[in-house]
Amino acid sequence: MYRYDEFDHAFVHDRVEQFRDQVTRRLSGELAEDAFKPLRLMNGVYLQLHAYMLRVAIPYGTLNSKQMRMLAHIARKYDRGYGHFTTRQNIQYNWPKLSDTPDILADLASVEMHAIQTSGNCIRNVTADHFAGAAADEVADPRPYAEILRQWSSVHPEFSFLPRKFKIAVTGAERDRAAIQVHDIGLHLKKNDKGEIGFAVYVGGGQGRTPMIAKKIRDFLPEEDLLSYTTAIMRVYNLHGRRDNKYKARIKILVHETGAEELARQVDVEFADLKNTELKLPDTDIQAISSYFALPALSERPEGWANLARWKKADEGFARWIDQNVQPHSHPDYGMVTISLKPIGGIPGDASDAQMDLVADIAEEYAFDEIRVSHEQNLILPHVALADLEAVYRGLVSSGLATANAGLITDIIACPGLDYCALANARSIPLSQEISTRFGDPARQAEIGELKIKISGCINACGHHHVGHIGLLGVEKKGAELYQITLGGSGDENTSIGEIIGRGFEPEKVTDAIETIVETYLGLRNDPSEIFLEAYRRVGPQPFKDALYGSTAAAA
Amino acid sequence: MVDKVLTANRLSDGISVWLDAAGNWVESLQDAFVARHAEAVAALEATGKTAFADNKVVDVNVIDIEEVNGVLRPLRLRERVRAEGPTIEYAPGYKGLTGPVHAA
Repeated sequence: MYRYDEFDHAFVHDRVEQFRDQVTRRLSGELAEDAFKPLRLMNGVYLQLHAYMLRVAIPYGTLNSKQMRMLAHIARKYDRGYGHFTTRQNIQYNWPKLSDTPDILADLASVEMHAIQTSGNCIRNVTADHFAGAAADEVADPRPYAEILRQWSSVHPEFSFLPRKFKIAVTGAERDRAAIQVHDIGLHLKKNDKGEIGFAVYVGGGQGRTPMIAKKIRDFLPEEDLLSYTTAIMRVYNLHGRRDNKYKARIKILVHETGAEELARQVDVEFADLKNTELKLPDTDIQAISSYFALPALSERPEGWANLARWKKADEGFARWIDQNVQPHSHPDYGMVTISLKPIGGIPGDASDAQMDLVADIAEEYAFDEIRVSHEQNLILPHVALADLEAVYRGLVSSGLATANAGLITDIIACPGLDYCALANARSIPLSQEISTRFGDPARQAEIGELKIKISGCINACGHHHVGHIGLLGVEKKGAELYQITLGGSGDENTSIGEIIGRGFEPEKVTDAIETIVETYLGLRNDPSEIFLEAYRRVGPQPFKDALYGSTAAAA
Repeated sequence: MVDKVLTANRLSDGISVWLDAAGNWVESLQDAFVARHAEAVAALEATGKTAFADNKVVDVNVIDIEEVNGVLRPLRLRERVRAEGPTIEYAPGYKGLTGPVHAA
């Protein structure tokens, strides 16, 4: 993974000291809240319902054991013993004192981490496929490009005060695991007929109150043009993006109002001026950054195959975990392990300090010191020998981290919701816990198969409900919580926005409604291989409306 | 008139606080001073502005409450969650709001 050079260290250190001074002046009353608020937000410090919240950047979701141990240390020393991994591959702490935040940032800096650009109208943490550099189906590792974008966008003077926040995601495989089509810019790393590396460029995707699927404006952008073309997009957005209305300020609105073709033309005009400037990426620079992300030296471990078969036969729980939470690696003797942060009835994305320490220990011993955070709020060990899976599993079981539910109905994404968030209208976490408990039986989950439930506590859609196979949006109606259900959303290479199925449900009726939807699906699917999303796309909403509201109900 | 209390978040640590009758910011809604007429509400609002200007608290708001069997209860769920803490068991040993909080 990328390592800070002396300039990075100096910059982050200086930034910590600058913020320490700002916090000191704020606490002494020298700085008023109006002046301080934008400064704290630039350093990831929000104010939520119960306390401040600190959002720490985990670049493209990649971290090592030392960094994970520091995250555990911060949870233990400055917070309440846990952290919350987010849908943007970051971590949030829910209870830090403002007076402690400079020390927290100093601790983070000591392991090459920070909270810069985790808030504000700037380019946020660049996200990537959590299986990057390991997946069997990968064309190229997206992380070097994400890192190049990270360096380019960090305190970029031209793009620090955009009309609105800006999110970039990169994937390196045909199977999109980074939800690139619901990002401001989505980059799909691919090879052309000549075997050259480049990107399909998508612009103007996003969720929130106006969900939109990104438009592809370039089918193949050579890698050397990554920064010049991205800069061109940013310039068009910075110039023409709306600043008069924050709800219409994202680039998706500009793309929608301008038209993708015209926007692409404007980008090309800017690009023509930028293409042959210092923004052109020399191959040596790409290679230099790529060298930080080289695949570890994976020795041949063929003994794993026989062992795995034997262990699976002996332990049903282990077999289930292997089948559900281990994916094929580019090296046949290895696998990619998903550590579920979705225990049955638990809080999606939360991990205690002890759990973080344990993951760090396991990663160090068995996974080449690499850990990832997925946008689905799980942790990933990208390189584990099949021969070591049994030991990894035993370690995870002991800490409640071996739930075999990756991609299943209990692998629910949920935003913090009204339990923490100052923007939320309804709670997300208790609902996810209730659904998880209802469907927690392993056999039932297996019967249902792949089904992604995503829950947001307000229209800002941090819980990605628009792209949930089943999406739940919490709203406030007459002072009480109400949940709208959407069906048919998806955040993969065939992205779709879920359709509202009908009138909303009171909190105590939502899980029953989910059960009705699931039973309807089970009754109409062609066979068990037809997953919920496929069945929904085949039959449409009506059977589900009939089941939920009665066959005489008007189509809502 | 709906009863009201003054709430905010403490500057130094962000913890939710309410103003009591002695002018202190306290961590329990149950210790808050309840304004039951317009003059008292105006006094709360003035106190809130002063406290904000004095950099003691942030996000200062007057909120609606009701008193049920001697227990103060915000009308909005948002404020009930602020007063009672997260409704979930978020850390070992923590118990969130007890009983249903769905009702308006």
